[in-house]
Amino acid sequence: MTIILDPTDERVPVERQVSKRSGSLSGVVGFLDISKPRGNVMLDELERLLAQKAPDVAIRRYAKPTFAKPCPDALRHEIRDACDYVVEALAD
Amino acid sequence: MSTTQPQFSLKDLAGNSHDYPRDKASVVCFVKEDCETCNTAAPVLEALHKAFGDKIDVLLISQSGEANTVFAERHDLTMPLLDDRSCKAAFEWDIESVPSVFWIDAAGTVQSQFEGFVRSDWEALAAEMSTTAGLPAAQIDWESLPAWRPGCGSKHLDPSVYDKLRAEADGSPIRARKIEVAPSDDVAEFMFDQGFSDGLPLVPPTPERVLRMLSGTHLDPQEVIASVPPNMGIATVEKIAINAVMAGCKPEYLPVVIAAVEAVCTDEFNIHGVTATTMGAAPVMIINGPIRHKIGMNMKLGALGAGNRANATIGRALRLVVRNVGGASTGGVERSTLGNPMKFTMCFAEWEERSPWAPLHVERGFDPEDSVVTVFAMTGGPVHIVDQTSRAPDQIAGSLGLGLEGVFLPKMRNLPVDALLVVCPEHIDTLTREGDYSKDRLRDQIQNVTTRPLTEMLMDENSGAGISAAAAEAMGPDAMARSVPKFAGKEFIHVVVAGSDAGKFSSAFHGWATGAVGSQSVSKKIDLG
Repeated sequence: MTIILDPTDERVPVERQVSKRSGSLSGVVGFLDISKPRGNVMLDELERLLAQKAPDVAIRRYAKPTFAKPCPDALRHEIRDACDYVVEALAD
Repeated sequence: MSTTQPQFSLKDLAGNSHDYPRDKASVVCFVKEDCETCNTAAPVLEALHKAFGDKIDVLLISQSGEANTVFAERHDLTMPLLDDRSCKAAFEWDIESVPSVFWIDAAGTVQSQFEGFVRSDWEALAAEMSTTAGLPAAQIDWESLPAWRPGCGSKHLDPSVYDKLRAEADGSPIRARKIEVAPSDDVAEFMFDQGFSDGLPLVPPTPERVLRMLSGTHLDPQEVIASVPPNMGIATVEKIAINAVMAGCKPEYLPVVIAAVEAVCTDEFNIHGVTATTMGAAPVMIINGPIRHKIGMNMKLGALGAGNRANATIGRALRLVVRNVGGASTGGVERSTLGNPMKFTMCFAEWEERSPWAPLHVERGFDPEDSVVTVFAMTGGPVHIVDQTSRAPDQIAGSLGLGLEGVFLPKMRNLPVDALLVVCPEHIDTLTREGDYSKDRLRDQIQNVTTRPLTEMLMDENSGAGISAAAAEAMGPDAMARSVPKFAGKEFIHVVVAGSDAGKFSSAFHGWATGAVGSQSVSKKIDLG
């Protein structure tokens, strides 16, 4: 038998359940633009459609300082505290 | 002498366990079957056992595995011959050679100890045993035995055995989880299956190999070097050493790998973005300073290619740390559209002695005697720049500039993007044939020969990249009438020297998103203790 040493960080990811779906749409939705070109175009259109179909939903807009780096902790915490849902616009 | 020895529990040839300490006086002797001196001592030990065995235990501890039986049969041994094929007892008793004899009283205190076959030592032992047992002297023909014969080295001091024992000992610095690979599993295949590999075979990181790797640094194995994105896994010196073993590094490369991990895990370098970008960036490592020679790095013929262990494995070790400790697997956070071979490894040394300029690390504020690793986030390269006919310094500088036109896309200019130019010795000779030719003059000439009207950057029917008509209109005719160079500033042009003395072929690495929005190059001094 050969013994080798674990080259990873040895952490086991926390398993989380997907939130229960209520079947209705209300509350605060955060729109996070990662700051790639035209992310705003997609989010503008989504905002327009949501305003038509779910007028009770409040929308808050956020943007990452740069798409090339992870979202800063302060911004993540702000979104967590203020929003019930998040839509992230990834692509160009 | 008055010491006690560690306890053991070993089995004899019949499978019966024998424990130490004993409840009476004992002689413990370490032997191995192929040691001539042990074979000389064996009949003496058997005679001592026969004479005093009722009062004094005589235990042989043999290191020869299956050949222990051969040894016992050859000498018709009737005393217990204990199997220490792992050499754990020899390691813990800290012997140097065999035969190694311990004469121990009933309280467990070592009364005397000797090695090899010095007849007077053995005669003295026989006399003391006789006195202690209160029995007549053993029947041994001392005159027929050699007066002096040296022993053989204990098997546990064989480096491969010793490192394994050291790794398993209580004081081992190893803390990483041990993974047992079943005998029926192929270790190489197992590591592929676990996702540890970059696609190439790995050296199994056994505890003994990792211990040897750790001997390459003065740092404590549990010292934390960095949190490695994307998972922010904790890279201890030990974890880096494990990955360095897998990459094929020698222990003396470890300080370089450690400095590289530290460099890429800074906010400035942003290894998360470098790894994740669809554009396919990778760290390019340049090593400067005395360590280049000490560990035999290649900075000459084929410096950017294959064939040198230090170059190849240091770069690979860094990538494996990001993959395994940081959790950046291909198709996971690693999202490159095409990728590039630099994602396996890209590390080379600058040929400082062949350069007319201050070495890269000195240019960046270090002392010439410092050993330094510098990392750049690059998306392409090395891209060759071929000019075999220029004979004037400004001509060759101009060609080097034109060779950089391809960064991102030839029509794109004024780019705030790094480029790393590797100038070959023959091009250096042409640059300096009329006297000094500073790096800044080279940078100026690169900017000069790549300067074009902004109007050439307009989107058109041949390429939709560049400035849109609306943007051009917003900028106004005066702004659009300007000409701009390839790079937004000459500080984006980095220059080092490497390559063989023959061949007029320089090369360039093309950058990624440079600066606070993406990645900035980082230099770290290598801690050599």
